[in-house]
Amino acid sequence: MNKTWLILKHEFVTTITRKGFIVMAVLFPLIGLAAIGIFLIVQAASGPAAEAEIPRIGYVDEAGGFPDYEGDYGRIVLVPYTTAGEATAAMLDGDIGEYFVIPADYLQTGVVTRYLTQKELEMPGETYGAIRSFLLENLLRGQAGPEVIERVQNPLGVRTVRLDEAGAPATDQGGFQAFLLPMVFGFLLVITIGSSSGYLLQGLGDEKENRIMEILLSSVSTMQLLIGKVLGLGAAGLIQMVFWLLSSLFMVRLASSTIGGFFSGIDVPQNVVLLGIVYYILGYLLFAVVMAGIGAVTANPKEGSQMSVLLILPAILPFYVAIIYLRDHPDHVIGTIMTLFPITAPMSVFVRMGLSEIPVWELAASISILVLSIVGGLWLAAKTFRVFLLMYGKTPKFGEILRLLRQS
Amino acid sequence: MRMKNKAVVTGNGVLLEIADIYKTFGDNRVVEGVSFDVKAGEIFGLIGPNGAGKTTTIRMIMDIIKPDAGRINVFGEALKERAKDSIGYLPEERGLYKKLSVVQSLQYIAALKGVPEKQAGQRAGELLKQVGLAGHSNKKIEELSRGMSQLVQFLTTIIHEPRLMILDEPFANLDPVNTELLKEIIRGLRGEGRSIILSTHRMNEIEELCDRVFMINRGRGVLYGELNEIKSRYRRNSVFLEYEGELGDVEGATRKQDERGAAELVLDEGITPQHVLEQLVRRGVTVNRYEVSTPPLHDIFLQVVGEADE
Repeated sequence: MNKTWLILKHEFVTTITRKGFIVMAVLFPLIGLAAIGIFLIVQAASGPAAEAEIPRIGYVDEAGGFPDYEGDYGRIVLVPYTTAGEATAAMLDGDIGEYFVIPADYLQTGVVTRYLTQKELEMPGETYGAIRSFLLENLLRGQAGPEVIERVQNPLGVRTVRLDEAGAPATDQGGFQAFLLPMVFGFLLVITIGSSSGYLLQGLGDEKENRIMEILLSSVSTMQLLIGKVLGLGAAGLIQMVFWLLSSLFMVRLASSTIGGFFSGIDVPQNVVLLGIVYYILGYLLFAVVMAGIGAVTANPKEGSQMSVLLILPAILPFYVAIIYLRDHPDHVIGTIMTLFPITAPMSVFVRMGLSEIPVWELAASISILVLSIVGGLWLAAKTFRVFLLMYGKTPKFGEILRLLRQS
Repeated sequence: MRMKNKAVVTGNGVLLEIADIYKTFGDNRVVEGVSFDVKAGEIFGLIGPNGAGKTTTIRMIMDIIKPDAGRINVFGEALKERAKDSIGYLPEERGLYKKLSVVQSLQYIAALKGVPEKQAGQRAGELLKQVGLAGHSNKKIEELSRGMSQLVQFLTTIIHEPRLMILDEPFANLDPVNTELLKEIIRGLRGEGRSIILSTHRMNEIEELCDRVFMINRGRGVLYGELNEIKSRYRRNSVFLEYEGELGDVEGATRKQDERGAAELVLDEGITPQHVLEQLVRRGVTVNRYEVSTPPLHDIFLQVVGEADE
């Protein structure tokens, strides 16, 4: 049997049976299912009781001309009182939560006064909306028809339609829902890449520490060892990623059918899945060969992990840049730079997919640069393996690493 | 221990040929012009003080590192990756996967050496039985004692029935019983025409097992040849005897030690052991033991290293 395949199989089986791997794989779907479950439980528990807990707000009309005629004020019920004293007594008795007074000079000032017993940071939007609707309806009653009153209440509702190049409505309509999923995928992608290549680093460190490396190298070539390890761990990571993608699809559908609302608008476009797999494979291979180099050089897994942070941090940089800047400037050149730079490319492509259309040339260039970087990284990692894998003790300094690599 | 035999390369009888190899790490020249060969069916001792270049030489034989210059021929051709399948290597720095079971460890290493899975399983069972570890085959490596895990490590070296074995300090951490067991196995392997390179600091084991030796010091070969020939080359021209009666002065010899009926006599130039023995018999001394004294390899080692360091 091919030796690369044997190492691949060994690494794959060892990784997928690790407790940490299994926990990581099922944790994400479990969190999603738990969130949906908790939402449904809370909804079921709060549903019937909600009727009994409709907020009641009292008011005192000192200006005149503001009778209640059971208008639509959201969930809030308004209760008229003749005097502020009556309203205060009702509030203290718990009949109403609060009350407001429409003063005699309201038409000149437009100011009403709220009275309540509880502290609050600011006035709840629901209360503000209810009082506003109540005042508007009373002000316009008899002076405009119901439709005009309704339009004055809600003068603007915007529906945005994105057209494709042919002028027809585009399949991907964008928006926050379209932005969210690729963003989540991008994050999961980097986590998967990081954890898979982290396993590689850990495995190499353990093998160095347990002195197995010399046995392995006396049986296989450095290239067979490197490729077998990288592919074995990559396959394990890919399974994790596919599992997450499938469980995401399942959960979005589940949330859409049970919770509805926001989740009904979430779609998982095929290009997200396809690019997810392509960028997972390429991103992982790049990280893995670099991690392999780090694992060969460092004296133990702990030092290796510390050095690998320097690689993970730039990888998640596009996530923060997208939230802080690209969200409002989706076509800025910084997005292109991050897409072309191999370390930031996987995350960058995902966050940009949700924000705007990435030109095909950028994707082609990004993938080409990644492939070239992987080939270069593989060559360098193999060289590093040969020079440093059997050096035990302490991690050499950067200058010494360069010198030894040059001499080899 | 009987091993199922594979065809062993004979030809000129040389399995491994090392010609004038050099290796430098940074500014440190670790191996300098080392040359030796290993023949089929011999136990070859590779000896030298710590840091002499033994491990680097072994790693170059295993193609783990490349020599800067020189030639290494294995099984009659330039060193190739496939030759690794016919070499067994027990490194000084031992290591196995702690979480794997004994039988899984053996099967995995055997598979890496090209042994089919079924055959590897069968062979693992046989070997474990012969070293008395059959009852431990499903235990994880981390559950074994140090000596047991070393035996398992040794078995990974021979499970693929290699033509050439390189054993670096194979007896370290072993108790006397297991040391003898290993020696018996090593002799058995030689009996089958396989070659063993034995690298150890224990000179008595080299003397006991090896046919030829190569001594390396500061990266250079300082002693090379048949063990018996080397020992006679460094012979001190003395005899050791155990006797009864009065020894007195012996003509042509000086008594170096004489305690409780045992003495070493250093012979003068031109005096033979036979001449001394005849003299003792003539004088009525009862000779219970009489042997031409050869220096232990340990002394030769110290002498050669000392001379090289001067």
